[in-house]
Formats: sequence, structure tokens, C-alpha cells
Amino acid sequence: MSDTQSLRAWLLTETPTSRRHAKLSAIYHAWLSFRTNTMAMLGLAILVLLVIIAIAAPILAPADPFAQELSNRLQPPGAENHILGTDSLGRDLLSRLIYGSRITLYIVGLVALIAPITGLLVGTVSGYAGGWADLILMRITDIFLAFPRLVLALAFVAALGAGIENAVLAISLTAWPPYARIARAETLTIRSSDYISAIRLQGAGPLRIITKHIWPLCISSLIVRVTLDMAGIILAAAGLGFLGLGAQPPSPEWGAMISEGRRFILDHWWVATVPGLAIFTVSLAFNLLGDGLRDVLDPKDGET
Amino acid sequence: MAMATETGKGRRESPFIQLANKVLGTLVTIAVTMLGLLFVTFFIGRVMPIDPVLSVVGERATKEVYDAAYIKLGLDKPLIIQFFKYVIDVVQGDFGQSLRTGFPVSDDIKRLFPATLELATLGTLIGVFVGVPLGVIAAVKRGSWIDQVARVVALIGYSMPVFWLGLIGLLIFYGNLGWVGGPGRLDIFYEDIIPPVTGMILIDSALAQDWGIFRNALSHIILPACLLGYYSLAYLSRMTRSFMLEQLSAEYVTTARVKGLSEWAVVWKHAFANIKVQLITVVALSYAGLLEGSVLTEIIFAWPGIGSYITTSLLSADMNAVMGGTVVVGLVFVLLNIFSDLLYKVFDPRAK
Repeated sequence: MSDTQSLRAWLLTETPTSRRHAKLSAIYHAWLSFRTNTMAMLGLAILVLLVIIAIAAPILAPADPFAQELSNRLQPPGAENHILGTDSLGRDLLSRLIYGSRITLYIVGLVALIAPITGLLVGTVSGYAGGWADLILMRITDIFLAFPRLVLALAFVAALGAGIENAVLAISLTAWPPYARIARAETLTIRSSDYISAIRLQGAGPLRIITKHIWPLCISSLIVRVTLDMAGIILAAAGLGFLGLGAQPPSPEWGAMISEGRRFILDHWWVATVPGLAIFTVSLAFNLLGDGLRDVLDPKDGET
Repeated sequence: MAMATETGKGRRESPFIQLANKVLGTLVTIAVTMLGLLFVTFFIGRVMPIDPVLSVVGERATKEVYDAAYIKLGLDKPLIIQFFKYVIDVVQGDFGQSLRTGFPVSDDIKRLFPATLELATLGTLIGVFVGVPLGVIAAVKRGSWIDQVARVVALIGYSMPVFWLGLIGLLIFYGNLGWVGGPGRLDIFYEDIIPPVTGMILIDSALAQDWGIFRNALSHIILPACLLGYYSLAYLSRMTRSFMLEQLSAEYVTTARVKGLSEWAVVWKHAFANIKVQLITVVALSYAGLLEGSVLTEIIFAWPGIGSYITTSLLSADMNAVMGGTVVVGLVFVLLNIFSDLLYKVFDPRAK
């Protein structure tokens, strides 16, 4: 008890004793203000749960997600041994849902790595270099921004071939331009500040300035944007899966599961409904979390 | 950009030349963006793992036939020449033949585009007439139950997969209740009766004064249109709310209230009047979003529009059709974007 008390006091101190101390203290303060936002906490809780489910899938799933049992096909929810029912091949829907969470996290994780990093690179280089490089890079960004995103992703998947990795690539290719815009805007304001001139006078090269002094300051606005975009990424991935261009059967990807269930929607509604609810829950969680994070990390854009 | 700074330096130019400069600048922007768009589609067409020659001559063609077709398609030329030829063809409205339908792609698009336009337009109208008032009320009664409802409605709209909501809608309103028509634009019974004038069945049947067909078309379009309208509404109500909040906290609103104006006049005549320009630009963006977002909706509702055309062509590896459709949707998207940008510049003096 007293240990946690002293830890709290240490984190809330007004006079940090080291750099790390100050940083941890700042994070703790942000956490405290984040914690008061009930909806954002709800979003966070759902996502933590999702990660746990994905990790513990083999333990939690009552059955093998690929095991077919044709005598037991299209069982309604509440059937014996199948809480959420079975699909057209008699596979347990709950187990498929649980394993599907891994695919969702995999896609979201990869896109959340690739798109912002690409955007960060393009944006900071463009903003710091200026001149022709800036003009050309921003033109390219504008062209990608002008493209209808889903149609572009469709065309890319068509070119690369259907599959999860290609869906990830296609979504990333359509998702990076806004990050480049944000990173460039941040770079432009940071570039002309005094401390950058001071570092430059000390002899720091452009590479060092960009990686050590500009990138860290771009991160927080990028994180907010990524979290808010996550829901869109999940929906795009599910859409590609639904069209048969993302994860391929028998993979238990949620969008593909809806597509399978679509044929039976009028008589066996649960096959398509259940995975849809899962997609909705997760993207709602990301939206809630994103709103909360924006209020904490980026108060100037806050709505209320 | 260069022109703007030149005039900014104080060289007085007649308003006509300024306007001409602006128009020229916009045209250059459109041209550059479109060229980039074409480059991307060309690139995609080239990396596509489908041999365009085989799809023309078939699998069993002899070497000579294959080579002749290879040269006829211009594939022996350098890439830059091929790209150049592609651009010239597209500018002339030639996207090649669709392998699936057998018609020129441009004809297919001309036939299918009105269906998409009809759907997206109706969706946007629903979005505007429900979303904007909702946003205004949410801003005025900030924190009240109606604000909370508007927030939840928008949040659900942002988080719900459109194709799933469409399926559920079909299940409930078509399958269980039977209130609306099913997939497609018309019941088969009514198809091909009305001579196409605009290609939009609601307008065509109204022109022909065939109200039976009009009602049938309405029963088919209402569900997908409401679906798209819901997504438009979610976005527009949020944007309207934040625009309105900004205005309502401005000093002129306080002044108007102090003067004793009614709340209605303050909100609609003063604050709302000031967000009109912003709103129009947002509506244009949402309209463009619906034109492209209808891809999944069209698939669910078997709506014969450009989105389902692109997708079905894609699945049967009909690249000419995919590229043509993508370029057209992209062009409309770019034009709407630029249009909203222009509106902003023309009507909002602060943007200058």
C-alpha cells in the first residue's frame, strides 16, 4: 500500500530529478486525465480484451475454427456445443470469431506501422528540404489524396493479387498521404524555431536534426490520427475481405465470414450478423479511444 | 502559386486577368492531378499479373498470332511511348474494350454511371436534410440529450461496416417486413419499358409520367439511399456541429442576443448564414465520398452502377474495364474536390 502511495507521489512530483522521471511523470498525468473519460476507457478496455482474446485464442476457442461438421451445418445460436451457432460448413462460429481477431489485429498492426512511417518520412523530408523536393513530394501526395481510396485499394489488390499481405499493402498505399501532410505541417513550424538553429550551429546535419529533433515532436499528432483512422482501416480491410480480395477462405477473417454468410442471410441471419457485430465493436472501440486520446494529447482540436 | 505571389507584390492587374490566372492555375492543377492518376492506373495495369495478349488471342494461339497481337497492342514499344498512347486514348474517351461485356468501356460507363449518380445524389440529399439540422440543434443545445443522441448516431455511422448494415437492412425491411423492393433498380417485370433519357430511372419515369414504375423504382432505391444517407448524415452532422459551435461562441452572436433578437434569428439568420460556405464544401466532399463509397453498397443491392462494374470486372480480370472505371471515378472525385476548394476561395473572403 505504502509502496503504491510513494510511487504515486514520485510520479506526481513537481520537481523531477531526472529526464526519465519527468517523462514518466508526464505520461502519468496524461493517463490521469485520460482516465476520467469513461467512453475512451471503455474503448481501451474492449481493445485490451481483443488483444487478450487474440493471444489466448487456442485456449478460449471451444473448437477448431477449420473443423467442418457437415451434419451440424447452419445451427442457430444457442445450439448444443455451439454458443453462436455454426456456418454453412458446420464450423463453430465462436471459434472462427476468436481466431479472426488475430487476423484483424495483424492487419491493423501492419497498416498502423507502414502508413504513418511512410507519411512521416515523406512529410518531414518534404518540409525540411523545401524547394523542388517539397513541390514534387507534395504533388505526389496530392495525387494520392485525390484518388478515391477504396477504388484505389481495389485496383492495387487486383494488380498484386488477393491476400492479406497485399490488402495490407493496398490499404497502406492509400492511407499514408494524410500523415505526410500532418508531418510536413509540423516540420514547417518546428524547422524555423530557435532551438533547431542552435543545433544546426553546433554542427548537426539534416539527418540528425530530422531523426532526433523533428520526428519526436511529430509523433503525438500522428498517434492521434492513427487511432482515429484505425476504424476506417478495419472497415476497409473487412470490405476487401467481403469482396473476396483480402484474406482467402477458409481463413476466419470477419469480412470474408460476412461474405460467406451473405448467401444465407434471409434464412440463417446469424452467420453474417455475428462477424459484423465483431467488426462494429472493434472499430467503435478505436473511435472511442481515438476521441479520448485526441482530448489528452492534442487539446487544441478537442470538440468539447 | 507563382502567379498569386506576383499579384501579391503589388503589380496592379485588372480583375479579369486575375480571374484568368486563377482559372489557368486551377486547370493546371486538374491536369497534373489527372496525369498522376493516369500514371498510377497505367502502372497498376502494367504490374497486373495477367498477360493482356493472352486475353485477346486466347490460350491456344500459335507463336505467330501471339507475336502479331503483341505488336498490335503496342507492347513492344518503350513504356514511356505506351504511357503516352494510353493518355491520348483516355483523353479521347477511349478506354478500350471490356472483355467481359464485349462493349467499349466508355459505353459501359456511360450506361452505368447514371445509376451510381442517382443513388449518391439521393443519399446526399438525405444526409443534408437530416444531418445539417441535427448538427445545428446539437450545437445549440450542446450537452443536452439530443446532442448525445447525435453523437451516438454519428459514432455508430463511423464504426459500422456499410456492407453489413446493408445486409441487415435487406434482411429486416425486405426479407421480414417486405416494405421495400429487393436488390436491383426495378422489378424484372418493369425493366426496359421506360426509354432512357437521363439514365436515372426516377427522373425518366417521372418524365414519362409512368407512376407505377416510379413507385417501383422508389421502393428499390429507398433502402440503399437511406444507407448511404446515414453515412453522409453521420459526417455532416458532426461537421455542422463543430462549425456552429465556433460561430456561436463568437462575439457577434452575443451582440445579436444583447440586441434582443430571438434565439431563432440568432441561430439561423446570423450563425448559420456564416457557416454556409464551409458547409457546401463539406457536402461536396461527402458527395464525392458517396460516389466512391457506393462500391460495397452497389454489390449488396445488386445495383448496376459503376462500383459494381469495377468490382465484377476486377474479379473476372477485365483490366480495361477496371482501369476505365477507376479513372472516371477518380476524375469525378478530383473535380468535386477542386469545386469545393474553388467555392471556398470564391465565397469566403478570409481564404484569400
